[in-house]
Amino acid sequence: MEEQLRGLQEEAVMKAAAAQDLKELNDVRIAYLGKKGPVTEVLKGMGKLTAEERPKMGALVNVVREAITKAIETKQVSLESEAIQKQLAEESIDVTLPGRPVKLGGHHPLTRVTEEIEDLFIGMGYTVAEGPEVEQDYYNFEALNLPKGHPARDMQDTFYITPELLMRTHTSPVQVRTMLKHAGKGPVKIICPGKVYRRDSDDATHSHQFNQIEGLVVGENIRMSDLKGTLDAFAKKMFGTDREIRLRPSFFPFTEPSVEVDVSCMCGGKGCSICKGTGWIEVLGAGMVHPNVLEMAGFDSTVYSGFAFGMGQERIAMLKYGIDDIRHFYTNDLRFLQQFSVHE
Amino acid sequence: MFVSYKWLSQYVDIADQTPEELAEKITRAGIEVEGVEMPAAEMKGIVVGYVKTREQHPNADKLSKCLVDVGEEEPVQIICGAKNVDAGQYVAVARTGAVLPGNFKIKRAKLRGEESNGMICSLSELGIESRLNPKEYAEGIFNFPNDVTPGEDALAALNRDDAILELSLTPNRSDALSMIGVAYEVAAILGRDVKLPELNPVEADEQASDAIQIRIDAPEDNPVYVARVVKGVKIGPSPLWMQTLLMNAGVRPHNNVVDITNYVLMEYGQPLHAFDLDRLQTGEIVVRRAEEGEKFVTLDNAERTLSAEQLVITNGQEPIALAGVMGGANSEVTEQTVNVLIESAYFNSQIVRAASKAHGLRSEASARFEKGVDPARVQASCDRAAELMTELAGGTVLSGSVIAGEYAPEPKKVSITLDRLNTRLGTELQMGGVEDIFSRLKFTTETNGDEITVTVPTRRGDITIPEDLTEEVARLYGYDHIPLTLPEGESLPGGLSPYQLGRRVVRRYLEGAGFNQAVTYSLTSEKRAAQFSFEKRKPVALAMPMSEERAYLRESLLPHLVEAAAYNSARQMGSVALYETGSVYLNEGENVQPKEEERLAGIITGMWQEHLWQGEKKAADFFTVKGVIEGVVARLGLMDRLSFQKAAPEGFHPGRTASVLFDEQPIGVIGQLHPSFAKEVDLKEAYLFELKLDVLLNAARKDLAYVPIPRFPFISRDIALVVDRTVESASLEGIIKEAGGSLLTNVHVFDVYEGDRMEAGKKSVAFALTYVNLDKTLTDEEVTAVHEKVLAALKEKADADLRA
Repeated sequence: MEEQLRGLQEEAVMKAAAAQDLKELNDVRIAYLGKKGPVTEVLKGMGKLTAEERPKMGALVNVVREAITKAIETKQVSLESEAIQKQLAEESIDVTLPGRPVKLGGHHPLTRVTEEIEDLFIGMGYTVAEGPEVEQDYYNFEALNLPKGHPARDMQDTFYITPELLMRTHTSPVQVRTMLKHAGKGPVKIICPGKVYRRDSDDATHSHQFNQIEGLVVGENIRMSDLKGTLDAFAKKMFGTDREIRLRPSFFPFTEPSVEVDVSCMCGGKGCSICKGTGWIEVLGAGMVHPNVLEMAGFDSTVYSGFAFGMGQERIAMLKYGIDDIRHFYTNDLRFLQQFSVHE
Repeated sequence: MFVSYKWLSQYVDIADQTPEELAEKITRAGIEVEGVEMPAAEMKGIVVGYVKTREQHPNADKLSKCLVDVGEEEPVQIICGAKNVDAGQYVAVARTGAVLPGNFKIKRAKLRGEESNGMICSLSELGIESRLNPKEYAEGIFNFPNDVTPGEDALAALNRDDAILELSLTPNRSDALSMIGVAYEVAAILGRDVKLPELNPVEADEQASDAIQIRIDAPEDNPVYVARVVKGVKIGPSPLWMQTLLMNAGVRPHNNVVDITNYVLMEYGQPLHAFDLDRLQTGEIVVRRAEEGEKFVTLDNAERTLSAEQLVITNGQEPIALAGVMGGANSEVTEQTVNVLIESAYFNSQIVRAASKAHGLRSEASARFEKGVDPARVQASCDRAAELMTELAGGTVLSGSVIAGEYAPEPKKVSITLDRLNTRLGTELQMGGVEDIFSRLKFTTETNGDEITVTVPTRRGDITIPEDLTEEVARLYGYDHIPLTLPEGESLPGGLSPYQLGRRVVRRYLEGAGFNQAVTYSLTSEKRAAQFSFEKRKPVALAMPMSEERAYLRESLLPHLVEAAAYNSARQMGSVALYETGSVYLNEGENVQPKEEERLAGIITGMWQEHLWQGEKKAADFFTVKGVIEGVVARLGLMDRLSFQKAAPEGFHPGRTASVLFDEQPIGVIGQLHPSFAKEVDLKEAYLFELKLDVLLNAARKDLAYVPIPRFPFISRDIALVVDRTVESASLEGIIKEAGGSLLTNVHVFDVYEGDRMEAGKKSVAFALTYVNLDKTLTDEEVTAVHEKVLAALKEKADADLRA
């Protein structure tokens, strides 16, 4: 009986090792270890043994059973491993083929510039104020120290709807409306982005519709130096920490003194086509809020002072991205727009 | 304003400043110099020549063969094509080897067999615009008056070796519309003196007042009128120096009398007019408002119809000039003129502006009156012109000026304290420094403790309030010297409003979903303005549009988005997904600000998804757009307030369009662009949406609050319903939700079938229902009870049967 068992063990281990696949291996398991298998048969014959032989033989059966089980398990691991290797080999792909595209849209470059400037000033404590694009003459001109017949109205050729209604020529009326809401009490710290309109023929550098972002700070003892410091911080964040600003006296009816603000050119002053050899690029108009404007908006100009500035997003975008024709912003050519879906 | 460096140097010492240095300093102090032109820099080898002989070219009718003395031993032969060339003329000769503007090199040449050693030049060949050339030389070569020598530098003789600074003046700085005005500015910048012309006209015994009487009937428009009479002038060309300086200043020379009035205009900034005294006939000048409809021929020979809003100079009977704008043909100085009346007056800026605008006439004179001239220069300019007419036109100045009215406003006094000046600028200036700046400006000052009072000369009419003084100090002190600081005091939290944040969220969502943001024009054509509008209104129209294409305000973002899609589609970009956020403008009645609504709109056409090598393609359809809109609204947390209703607005496919409802109110539309319209603009199937973004962004959003995750398993039941084809899935869903009660947490359509295997007029819609109880495990019996209720309700309300 012992011999019989040893023989079975040897036979089963051999067959297990020879199994070609998991099915054959399972057949081996059933053939040797199944309820009708020879090992069970041997166990059935245990009854005929003596009380002494029985535990000895029982132990042997267990040893044989374990040996066969182990042989099958070992083979199973190796067969499964082969199977998975085979499957993996079959499933191999060309990873260099293009991926399934997830459509990628993007901001219009004007929005991109607007949001960048908004965020920059929000970080300095400004809120964003907005207002109507069709304005009353009063808010667009008169409240900004530009009474009817003022020669400086010629500086901004205007689309009128009626003698009292017009397409706003700047976002300054939003400043007026905001100041009026404050009812003579500072501080006011806002930026006003938005579309504006001028009676210009569209060409590479002119557009009858364009965008502006203006800033206004009104408080007690706001100084020209505060304007300069604010714009210096703006220029450094927007264009690079190595940039400088330069103020040149200018004229706007709503500010006094008024300045134009140049930012040093990326050429570092060597002179290039962008700065036309001057080393400076005109970017902003600015100034100290004219006392008439403060008074008309309900602020006591002996107590309050303020500064204001304004710039055009088209110009900034053209400078920043090297865009050569302002009409690109309004044509909505995908080959143009898609270039701005990338995060810088 | 063109400023000649040579001319300017008569009034202020600028010898140590190169034109470029000067330009930079003027710019930094406040008047932008747009460019510095140095005409001689692009020319060389041009000399004065004397035409000794001229004969017809043997082989060419239109050419002359000239022997020209160019200051050398032998004259040179030059072939000239100008009609007006002749022997005895002094001319400008570009010698062989010379260079003319545009790098035009003069070479020895043979013209029709005759040798030519140079070129006789016209003024435009020497870089002077032909509109500035004296009329007699505009079509041919220029002749020097006799005070030149052959061989001398022709460019110097023509003042082409000058530098011309082009000043871009802001409207407040009309004081710099004259050489003397610019001289004051330069003097202030450099800290130098201004040298004014000395005026002492030699007068005859005869009284001017015997020759002319002046009356002003409109003193508000014309507070003062000064006239001088010059008799016995000889009309002829003005001297070369005057003609060339005028051309450098952008003024065309005419004759000595007219040139003198223009010269003094450029010098003092005071417009003058010369009348032919004899042609006045009446010996009288009356200034009055024009009569309504009165006719008048200006010296450009155009008949003008005047109105009572315009001021005229008359001879007591009829107009002889449109005040401050242009003289009349009836009194103009001609070659026969002998006696001249010089007008120097102060006209109100508004009246000149109105006339100039009404007739579309802008002259050097009107430009100055419109901006305001210096009343203190009215008399001086008249004297200066009279004196020059003696000197350059051989006239005799009658004794005295004839003056009507009086206008000598006191110079303004403006005060500011040093403290206010420093706190406004952020500087720490001392009183001495401030006084020095005003003395450089030639303003007199008076200091009283901390306060400085400045007497502002009338030439600087722009300075009226303390802030103007601040600006004068700042610009001459130099903005570079102002420190960099940031506003002090109460700090404010910055940020976007919930509305503005919401707008950014919507944009991000759409861009993540594959849309590119478009920006289109707000102004559009009449046709487009009304297209796709939510309700019929009269579009808002511009009063004076520049073109029909941009004459109305848009009522929808869609027309221009369709245009943008068509533009791209026509350029081999057939798959387009664009969106825009922006205002539309809705007419609220005459003279009322239109209602501006912020809209969100978009267009999709072509492939929505495409993966070429795997052969996957998914064209955009109605449900693509609907999914995007649902995504936007879901992103804003407002999904439970959104619904759709079949609609057929104009411009859309009537079977594939829905009205978008929010809280049961229509807020927009989604659907397919009407195929006929699509065809018109060469677009294939295209889907559009437009929503009232402001309604969505203003809708109160719920605060986000955590809901516990269900701890008990859910039970799913699928049902396939057979209903009439016309039954909408949303109505079935509504019935299911209502009957399902609180245990039903989710229901969605997972299959729709209409086809052969269905009875005619029927379709099958399959729903997946999910039941859960948040508090305990649901039993099958509980679910079945609710589910039966659902089925019963479907049968009752929609005649829906379970599909066999």
